[in-house]
Amino acid sequence: MAQPQDISTTVLGADEIILNMGPQHPATHGVLRVKLKLDGEKVIGSECIIGYLHRGVEKIGENRSYPQFAPYVDRTDYVAAVSNGLGYCEAVERLLGVEAPPRARWVRTILTELQRIASHLLWLGTHALDIGAITPVFYTFREREEILKIFEKYCGARLTTHAFRIGGLQYETYDGFEEDVKKFCRDFEEKVDEYGELLTENRIWVERTRNVGILTAQDAIDLGVTGPVLRGSGVRWDIRKAFPYAAYAQFEFDIPIGERGDTYDRYLVRMEEMRQARRIILQAVDSIPEGPILARVGKVIKPPPGEVYHSIEAPKGELGYYIVSDGTIQPYRLRIRPPSFINLEAFDKMVRGHLVADVVAIIGTLDIVLGEVDR
Amino acid sequence: MTLLLETLKPYLLPLIRVLVVFLGISLIVAYLVYAERKILAHLQVRLGPMRVGPHGLLQPIADGLKLLLKEDIMPAGADKGVFLLAPVISVIAAFTAFSLIPFAPNFYITDVNVGLLFLIGISSLGILGIILGGWASNSHYPLLGALRSTAQLVSYEVALGFALVSALLLAGTLSMVAIVEAQQRQGVWFVFLQPVAFFILFVAAIAETNRNPFDLPEAESELVAGFHTEYSGFRFSLYFLAEYAAMILVSSIAVTLFLGGWLRPFARVRALDFLDFTPVAVLVLAAAWCFRECFRYPATREWRWQRLLLLGLGVGALGISAGLLLPARFLPGGGEGLPAFPALTAIQGVFWFMSKVFLFLFGFIWFRGTFPRYRFDQLMSLGWHFMIPVAIANVIFCSLAIVLSRQMGWGLPATLWLGTAATLLVAALLRREKA
Repeated sequence: MAQPQDISTTVLGADEIILNMGPQHPATHGVLRVKLKLDGEKVIGSECIIGYLHRGVEKIGENRSYPQFAPYVDRTDYVAAVSNGLGYCEAVERLLGVEAPPRARWVRTILTELQRIASHLLWLGTHALDIGAITPVFYTFREREEILKIFEKYCGARLTTHAFRIGGLQYETYDGFEEDVKKFCRDFEEKVDEYGELLTENRIWVERTRNVGILTAQDAIDLGVTGPVLRGSGVRWDIRKAFPYAAYAQFEFDIPIGERGDTYDRYLVRMEEMRQARRIILQAVDSIPEGPILARVGKVIKPPPGEVYHSIEAPKGELGYYIVSDGTIQPYRLRIRPPSFINLEAFDKMVRGHLVADVVAIIGTLDIVLGEVDR
Repeated sequence: MTLLLETLKPYLLPLIRVLVVFLGISLIVAYLVYAERKILAHLQVRLGPMRVGPHGLLQPIADGLKLLLKEDIMPAGADKGVFLLAPVISVIAAFTAFSLIPFAPNFYITDVNVGLLFLIGISSLGILGIILGGWASNSHYPLLGALRSTAQLVSYEVALGFALVSALLLAGTLSMVAIVEAQQRQGVWFVFLQPVAFFILFVAAIAETNRNPFDLPEAESELVAGFHTEYSGFRFSLYFLAEYAAMILVSSIAVTLFLGGWLRPFARVRALDFLDFTPVAVLVLAAAWCFRECFRYPATREWRWQRLLLLGLGVGALGISAGLLLPARFLPGGGEGLPAFPALTAIQGVFWFMSKVFLFLFGFIWFRGTFPRYRFDQLMSLGWHFMIPVAIANVIFCSLAIVLSRQMGWGLPATLWLGTAATLLVAALLRREKA
């Protein structure tokens, strides 16, 4: 384990400088601040300073009723709001002891997988931008736009969707939902190959990402990282398979893993995840069952006293909600396990010995969202 | 008065040329930025500047004004004198070098017999501006940017120098004008005799001008803005001007040395003489575009000046093309001893020269839209372990080929291609060794 240290108080050698990156730096994906101890351009120490976007979301949760809090979770990982909503709603449902009806679960699966693609597209565009390829971001945003349009048609919002409701869905799907989703999937197949053409075989891209930010499987497990970062290190761990939720048990899909645990492997893993997400969506959209969209949960959500930890495979890793209920309409304690925050722990380990240019590649490959890190 | 004119005459003509080149390059820089934004935009499924003037045609002017009016900020800890001077050095170096570029057989500021040597010297001076600017800012990001550019520019200058030597061996002179004339005489552009040297020159030129994929000194996502992070307003625009002028400069050098300078493609093929009318065709097409766009804008009051501007541009383009097609016999005195279309003949050199330069510049922009950025150590390794050895091998094989062809009486092109093949073999071996 890398020992955390306050690098600003350590004695500097003659050739060493402290470089402050952020919180207003173009490549820190929001308001992450990194202090780097450099020897020339080589990183010999790093310290992440977070909290610039802290809004006290968990504390707010203790002062809102269960349905009232649902829109707040959209604003943690704000580029994957649908996934956040799914995790929260399912956690409360487990506390209540109800299960969403099949139709709701199917639609939830489709929307969360669309959200996974949208989140990965954003990651791909910004990651490539950090490494200097300025064009892919516009292509990925073009496709992300199609997904956001589907969200918009479904629930009226594009970013902070609040798409689900405790016990099922907020809204019935609109006319033509299936066609829109199918059309997106049809177009997306060749689009994802197009990004690959720009990057996968590109010599500069490969040189910039191969053997950069290596995280061994053991280190990854020790540090508790999850999601594509963990799978890039070769650990086949995906909550959709391990503890199936929503309707994932019904569908066939593969869990891509990497071999070396470097930035290129994580890139390949996420690219393949987008293809697998498309596969899941296509299976789900053809088999949406008829029926109600909301379970009988009552007008006032008042779970019995108890506690629950429920986690889902969000685009960035294991997103968990730990809720303690004291039998009132508000949670007694609400804790979010944010994948970005815990994946960021691996940053120092990955960055040591690399150059400044690799720092931005590693921040990009961790795919952090500061709204989720700071909450 | 006449006496004064007589005394000034030797100075007047060069002065006018200097002014034309200086203003011309400044204007081209302004519209190169516009072209870059437009081309990149279309590569990236968007439109680029569209608001200032029709299709954003006046954007460069607005940008220039904005930069001039901005506050000139200097960091508190900066080394004042050097901080103020550094961008000026860059600009002076970039513009001075243009005095040696032959835009046309009779349109250049000066031609000296050590022209190329002088060019290499003066373009290295531009690096000084970057280094000093990064150092004088007294700030971490500019320092790292300056550090990178020092190492990068110095190492790619070596490869660049060797690539230039290969062209010199063929031309046998350092004078820029004479190099083009040598290509005219030999009837072949040097790029076809020396493809490897041309390629190395191209790559080194991208590195020399800090362009993607070698734009590490100003890598936005890493170093914010590199060496000019602390510069603002007019001083920033000087760096900007210098960078784009340097782009045009290296393109001009490459065109002069390898792409036949002002020569028309297939200059010796009589059957293709109709290519002389390309400038007219380009202007007519431009006019047609202007007219079409003019009618595509809504015919309302708020769009009136945009439509008028387009109309004016179109009419202007048509007028110029008409002027180009003015036959000599309509001129006063019947145009004795003039070519059939004097104006058209007069602009041939500049037109072809600039067309080739723009081809190059398009390459620069295209690369920027396509490639990720190299990392510092990879850039150095590419320079020292690949480019420089290959450039040296190319010089050796090229000189060997020239000697062989003289001694044995073999055809020069064939012998040189043999040399090129040998160079490529070396390059392949180097690549394999690395892998």
